[in-house]
Amino acid sequence: MRVPLSWLRDYVDLPQDLSTQQLADRLTAFDLKLEEIVSSGVSGPLVVGRVLSLVKEPQKNGKTINWCRVDVGPEHNEPATDDVPAGRGIVCGAHNFVEGDLVVVSLPGTVLPALGFEITARKTYGHVSDGMICSLAELGLPGDASGIIVLEPGRAEPGDDAIALLGLDQEILDLEVNPDRAYALSMRGVARDAGLALGVPFRDPAGLEPHTGEGAGAYPVSVEAPDACPVFTTLTVTGFDPSRPTPDWMVRAVEGAGMRSISLAVDITNFVMLELGQPIHGYDKAALRGPIVVRQATEGEKLTTLDGVTRTLAASDLLICDDRGPIGLAGVMGGEEVELSATTTDVVVEAAYFDPATIARTARVHKLPSEASKRFERGIDPTIATAAATRVAQLMVELGGATLEPGVTVVGEPPAQPVIHARADLAARVTGIDIDAATAVSALEGNGCAVEVDGDELAVTPPPWRPDLTDPYDLAEEVLRVVGYDQVPSILPVAPAGRGLTKAQRLRRRAGMVLAGQGLVEVKTFPFAGPADLDRLGLDAADDRRRQVLLENPLSAEEPGMTTTLLVGLLKAAVLNLGRGHSDVALVETGRVFLPGERELEAPIYGVDRRPTDEELAALDAALPRQPWHVGLVMAGHRERPGWYGAGREVTWADAVETVRVLAASFHVDVEVRAADVRPWHPGRCAEVVVDGVVVGHAGELHPRVVRDWGLPARTVAAEVDLDALVAAAPEQGPAPSFSTFPVAKEDLALVVDDAVPSAVVHDALAGSGSVVESVRLFDVYTGEQLPEGKKSLAFSLRLRASDHTLGDEEIKAAREAAVAVAAEAAGATLR
Amino acid sequence: MSAPNSEYDPVEVTPLRADEVERARDEALAAIAEASTLEQLKQVRLDHAGDRSPLALANREIGALPPQARKEAGQRVGQARGAVSKALAERTTVLEAEAEEHALAEETVDVTLPWDRTPRGARHPLTTVQEHVADIFTAMGWEVAEGPEVEAEWLNFDALNLGPDHPARTMQDTFWVTPEKAAMVLRTHTSPVQARTMLTRKPPIYVAVPGRVFRTDELDATHSPVFHQVEGLAIDEGLTMAHLKGTLDHFAQAIYGEGTTTRFRPSYFPFTEPSAEMDLLCYVCHNEPGAVAECRTCRGEGWIEWGGCGVVNPRVLVACGVDPERYSGFAFGIGLDRTITGRYDIADLRDLIDGDIRFTEAFGVEL
Repeated sequence: MRVPLSWLRDYVDLPQDLSTQQLADRLTAFDLKLEEIVSSGVSGPLVVGRVLSLVKEPQKNGKTINWCRVDVGPEHNEPATDDVPAGRGIVCGAHNFVEGDLVVVSLPGTVLPALGFEITARKTYGHVSDGMICSLAELGLPGDASGIIVLEPGRAEPGDDAIALLGLDQEILDLEVNPDRAYALSMRGVARDAGLALGVPFRDPAGLEPHTGEGAGAYPVSVEAPDACPVFTTLTVTGFDPSRPTPDWMVRAVEGAGMRSISLAVDITNFVMLELGQPIHGYDKAALRGPIVVRQATEGEKLTTLDGVTRTLAASDLLICDDRGPIGLAGVMGGEEVELSATTTDVVVEAAYFDPATIARTARVHKLPSEASKRFERGIDPTIATAAATRVAQLMVELGGATLEPGVTVVGEPPAQPVIHARADLAARVTGIDIDAATAVSALEGNGCAVEVDGDELAVTPPPWRPDLTDPYDLAEEVLRVVGYDQVPSILPVAPAGRGLTKAQRLRRRAGMVLAGQGLVEVKTFPFAGPADLDRLGLDAADDRRRQVLLENPLSAEEPGMTTTLLVGLLKAAVLNLGRGHSDVALVETGRVFLPGERELEAPIYGVDRRPTDEELAALDAALPRQPWHVGLVMAGHRERPGWYGAGREVTWADAVETVRVLAASFHVDVEVRAADVRPWHPGRCAEVVVDGVVVGHAGELHPRVVRDWGLPARTVAAEVDLDALVAAAPEQGPAPSFSTFPVAKEDLALVVDDAVPSAVVHDALAGSGSVVESVRLFDVYTGEQLPEGKKSLAFSLRLRASDHTLGDEEIKAAREAAVAVAAEAAGATLR
Repeated sequence: MSAPNSEYDPVEVTPLRADEVERARDEALAAIAEASTLEQLKQVRLDHAGDRSPLALANREIGALPPQARKEAGQRVGQARGAVSKALAERTTVLEAEAEEHALAEETVDVTLPWDRTPRGARHPLTTVQEHVADIFTAMGWEVAEGPEVEAEWLNFDALNLGPDHPARTMQDTFWVTPEKAAMVLRTHTSPVQARTMLTRKPPIYVAVPGRVFRTDELDATHSPVFHQVEGLAIDEGLTMAHLKGTLDHFAQAIYGEGTTTRFRPSYFPFTEPSAEMDLLCYVCHNEPGAVAECRTCRGEGWIEWGGCGVVNPRVLVACGVDPERYSGFAFGIGLDRTITGRYDIADLRDLIDGDIRFTEAFGVEL
């Protein structure tokens, strides 16, 4: 809400010594938050001038300038000489004016903030230009800036102060009005709060005597939807002169408040809306056909609104109709055919109170927020419709030469105000400030409430302009803003002893530290993705990761839904880094993915008057898509960089697998790694990570096609693991250490197996081959001439140790033989 | 060795003559002093203290002397050998020290050489700031709650007193899930987790809720459609706005240091009543006259907008199954992305989400 200070002063006696900033601070403390103080900042001799003569002078640079003699009034004119009359010589580059025009001149000494400097007399184009003829933009005013300002003839005299004439002297408070304070979308409301905040008198502009009685001016109205339209008032003025201009003071007020001045009749309706908060609709009486009918729309009905758009209506829309059908969307926008025009002389003035939810719905459905709907949907004062219509009529009489016809139509009554019962100490109990009952009562009365005190109880009737006050806590807020938010003391509450972080929270932290320790850099990407991204990952139609949670209103058509894999964001981040010259990247992200599966998404909506039952809550949770935490990583370039110390090492599939192993180990989770064929990975270089028989993730080298489609370096590797599954598998505590201190026996075994046999199978067989096998480690893999085609040799080192004695030679031999035998059994291994 | 000879005049046995012993000793000492390496000293030891050295040979002659002459000769030779042996030991120590020093000098390396073989990892500040906040609150006995990001409309809006016609539900702010009847949104705040907590736990409740949230803002230097919040919720008997203020002051001090305070300005949120905006005393200029006008962090305001807060609206308590007659509570929320950009003077919010490794790397593994 833009509040011109000069207008505000019409209703409240602001102390003379109060600065604008101080006023704004007080209003901010009363929940009318200052956005900014708008002022032109223009100062100095800005005057009206008349162009006495104008000589066009072509210049070498191709431009033509006007060398003008301008009469700027006796106070500012240079005396006449033999050659020129009294005035000033000014160079002007604009061409939208002629001799005799009234213009605005900034004389030397004028400060124009829009230009950022003070005007001086300066030499230009061979003349001394003794000032500047101004455009709107140079004065910081909105509007057509293509030429200089040309004032209407007769509007002012040369030498008049143009600062006042153009309203450049006014200061405007731009206030942010919260949705619960609809009353502050009016001068009336802001003035009332200013009066309360400053303790100065307030004059209610709605306090005028409303027009009453019967007669021809009472335009017939029938309200068929009284719930949506509780109050509807009309009255009529005739003989309005549409040619009369809007007086300067009203233009300044309306434009200062941020609306455009259009015509006297329209400006008056807007002025009254801004003044009282009551939206007004004026109809050209000549265009109306028969009585006005207020009713709900029928689905599919059509109406062409003022903005020229033909709209298809919904049953929830409330309509203003006449004999021809709809002529306006109630409370939102009028229809084209009956609007006030340049020829309107008889006006039917409508002021109504509409149901806020109805107007909100219509404004939303038709995407038509208007000054009127903004006020109706937040709730206006339902008691001032007739007073507001009367105010409009009086201004049309006063300024437009119209006649107010006898008679007024008033259909319906404003709803009764609810009574709120609250404890007298409620404000104290809510705010923690020591507020006694008398203070609370006086604060509420200051807000316009009627308060009855009954012992410890208050019965509070809020004023009609405060539909937001419905609950006791609402009253506490009103008391608090009078007492002051700065009075709230600071007391640290003592919470009962807590249990610290949950297991999942602790493990996610651990994962973060462990992965950083592995040299990975964490990124946070947007969780949005689209079919093209999934195509580029090579996911086929059957892949569950193709089924996304889609959005009604995505920001980008390329990313219409939520991602099903962290790799989309990670690969994009990798591409970005590679593009910025980082040839070695190792990125990790931890976040949710969104997996709706085949399920149709539909969540229940419950009432809010009670807690939903446990079953209802379970149904709600079950309706949501699965959104587990995942951890994903991508590595490209060098895993170990080359340097003075020697050669580097490029990343391989094994780096991705090992990183997952390290992560799982940090959770004390045993994982099994198996060969898999899953996109976006290379079919021969993809591992699935298995916990307790369930696949929880994949790791390995990306498919060459994926690498190519994303523009990644060859051999880029990646992994993605269901972090929730790893967390679930993690024991509350890791295994206790238990080890023998007897001497170790070290045995190396080279076993020959088929190429296709996974080393893990042989490893696991050896590890399980006897109780004295302490550990098994693969230290070499050999294929080549010394072996038959299709065979490989796996060399393991075994550490053998008994828990209770030193192993003898026979025992060591037996253990070795047992190991070979088990490996032969499990994997067809033979000793090399 | 000669046989014992009682007639033999010891003075006449040449090796045992005082001048001979003295000469042998002096030659030995000179050779020891001259030895400049342990190798040389080893040879000197053989030559002058070995079995065939003049003093060793002289020593052997003593047994052949008549008993009355043995004592004097023994003393003479013994002293000489002792002096040689002591000199050898001393010289050995010196030469060993020199040798070690030399070897160490030989092994000297350029310790400024880089060993940047393996890259250093780093954690994103949005992660670590959430952990820091969680630590501050768990230290007060609070717990950390979390919930889904694709959330039921009922929990994101209705349960929080944002009725169906509330302006905050319009298309311009909220990402809605397809189809419309899904009645799901990308949560616009972490407040549905507050509702979930009240719905599933009995008071007293003290929880902090960090998390990622979504609004349909176009991405630019100061806005992002995806951002992070931390909210707090306390429900207990007798809680007031004063406890809210106390909690926020403590929180502010834990993050920004001693002396940081907050202030309330009236505001409006459907889920709190009364509601307030909270400002943080500028942690750079502390609103001190002289400093504040030049301060870039608070743009000369002295205070920094920090978030929203208020007393939990009893309507929310009712929808979430908490008895508003018995319990009251407070809630607050702050934006974490802006906390980081403000604290570290980061001009462009997009740096947090681009994924450029230089950004994260600058933060290491902790803030």
